[in-house]
Amino acid sequence: MATAAPTRSWYKRNEIAITPWLFLLPAMIFFAVYVIIPIGQSFWISLHDWDGLGEKTWVGTANYERLLGIGDQNMDRKFTVSFWNNLKWLILYLLAIPAGLFIALFLNQTVTGIRFYKSMFFFPFVISQVVVGLVFSWFYLPREGLLNAVLAVFGAGPVNILGDPTLATYGIIAAGLWPQTAYCMILYLTGLNAVDPEQVEAARLDGAKGHKMLWYVILPQLKPATFIAFVVTIIGALRSFDLISVMTNGGPFGSTRVLSFYMFEESLSEFGFRMGYGAAIAVVLFFLMLGFITYFLYSMYRDEKGAH
Amino acid sequence: MFPTPLEKTSRRWQISYQVLLPLMLIIWLLPLIAVANFSIKPEADFVNGNYWGIPSSFDAFSNYGKVFFESNMPRYLWNSLFITIPTVIGAVALSCMAGFALGIYKFRSNLLIFFIFIAGNFVPFQILMVPVRDLTVNMNLYDTKTGLVLFHIAFQTGFCTLFMRNFIRALPFPLIEAARVEGISEWRIFLFVVLPLMKPALAALAVLIFTFIWNDYFWAVVLTQGPTAQPVTAGITEFNSQFRAAYHLMSAGSIVAALPPVAMFFLMQKHFIAGLTLGAVK
Repeated sequence: MATAAPTRSWYKRNEIAITPWLFLLPAMIFFAVYVIIPIGQSFWISLHDWDGLGEKTWVGTANYERLLGIGDQNMDRKFTVSFWNNLKWLILYLLAIPAGLFIALFLNQTVTGIRFYKSMFFFPFVISQVVVGLVFSWFYLPREGLLNAVLAVFGAGPVNILGDPTLATYGIIAAGLWPQTAYCMILYLTGLNAVDPEQVEAARLDGAKGHKMLWYVILPQLKPATFIAFVVTIIGALRSFDLISVMTNGGPFGSTRVLSFYMFEESLSEFGFRMGYGAAIAVVLFFLMLGFITYFLYSMYRDEKGAH
Repeated sequence: MFPTPLEKTSRRWQISYQVLLPLMLIIWLLPLIAVANFSIKPEADFVNGNYWGIPSSFDAFSNYGKVFFESNMPRYLWNSLFITIPTVIGAVALSCMAGFALGIYKFRSNLLIFFIFIAGNFVPFQILMVPVRDLTVNMNLYDTKTGLVLFHIAFQTGFCTLFMRNFIRALPFPLIEAARVEGISEWRIFLFVVLPLMKPALAALAVLIFTFIWNDYFWAVVLTQGPTAQPVTAGITEFNSQFRAAYHLMSAGSIVAALPPVAMFFLMQKHFIAGLTLGAVK
């Protein structure tokens, strides 16, 4: 009892300074062990040759040299294909933002049953990407798929989207755009709900309407929604793995690989575990993402500073 | 309100809107409708080439029955549940506490820690893959539900902390000051003042994390491999190879796999959307 009393009072005296750390500790430990430290470890592993089981062999920057074709070797062809596909994903995925805005504007009415329509338009987002991938690969099937049946009505087709190396990536991106558009739509619907009606009325009295109203009055007020839509779409585009794995498994002829898929393939493929090389690909992908992360964080930081 | 409310537009547009609305919805959900149609057809329809037409007989019971009684599907669903629920509880608990610490207290590294949580939440999974897999193998947790749960809790803590901290920031701070003046200890303030006010955030976060984790595929493939631990997203691949080219069964299986988060969404719609659109309005 004699020792308990002073300990307690010391805690009492410093309660406000210590409590936050006690509350933070569990989350920080988990996050450090599974997220922060592994990032560093991946850098370290990328400088080695490693099959995931035995000893790591130090190879310096050899993995990167092979990947990027530094010295007297060619750039890894699979890497080049993956990188360009990543760019296609990034650019085309952004279409989800205007598409989502369009649907949100279409649905922002107060007719009976509109709530039902809103949730039905949204719900592709709730389905797992694996099922979205399956659904679309059956939709695209050359013989049994509904797409070719629809195309036949218009006298076009048949096309075998996922079997054609020039089309397959676009087919997968289209499948990915389906849930992503739904997500952007719900962000904009919420944003539209909060648009200041007085400003809209004032602009109407000044004769603004249609796309002019949208561009000069509505869109500036939707800026927070657009920012979030942009963040989640970029992240979603760079994380594209599930759809590719389910729909084409990287094929045909490796034409649908992206960096995230190629990394997985190298590290855990049936041709043996090449974790060092895989880690090097992951590091490249990480730096690609880091550019965007820095921009996101900078924007959030500005908001934080502005709030105080 | 924008666009112009329907009541104030021309009669012609009003009618076309009422026609367009269901039409757009059908086009939007066409791939899904096709799959739902597949899943209630008898096998004979596929042999006869009746792929998109009306099913020649209603075979939903036998198709879905096969999914539940003649495959590993129930097992995978069960695994998914035992991965998802502990993750939801763990991630929400950890982030409640972390969010409380970052939202209420002022200390020097506050913003830095907060930003580390956000940044970690954005990194590509692949940069974590090799070390996390290695760590899980070394802890003897490879191909176990626990291994997956631990990782998911850790990773989701990033997003959840962002969410909780911003929510707590928006609570009236004088409430906490008043409690302090009363001499209530800090952890009691958390438990009895802040936590009860966080109920909407807890509900929103719980449904969101449930959906995210249920739908996870990447980590399921990296950290598990067999029916003992694999969740349904990964198990569906095995299910599909069991019923290769039997589209009526594969589509029934996919619908079953997708259903729990969908049900969750329709039951908790308000919370779900509130969680998802946090920050979309200033």
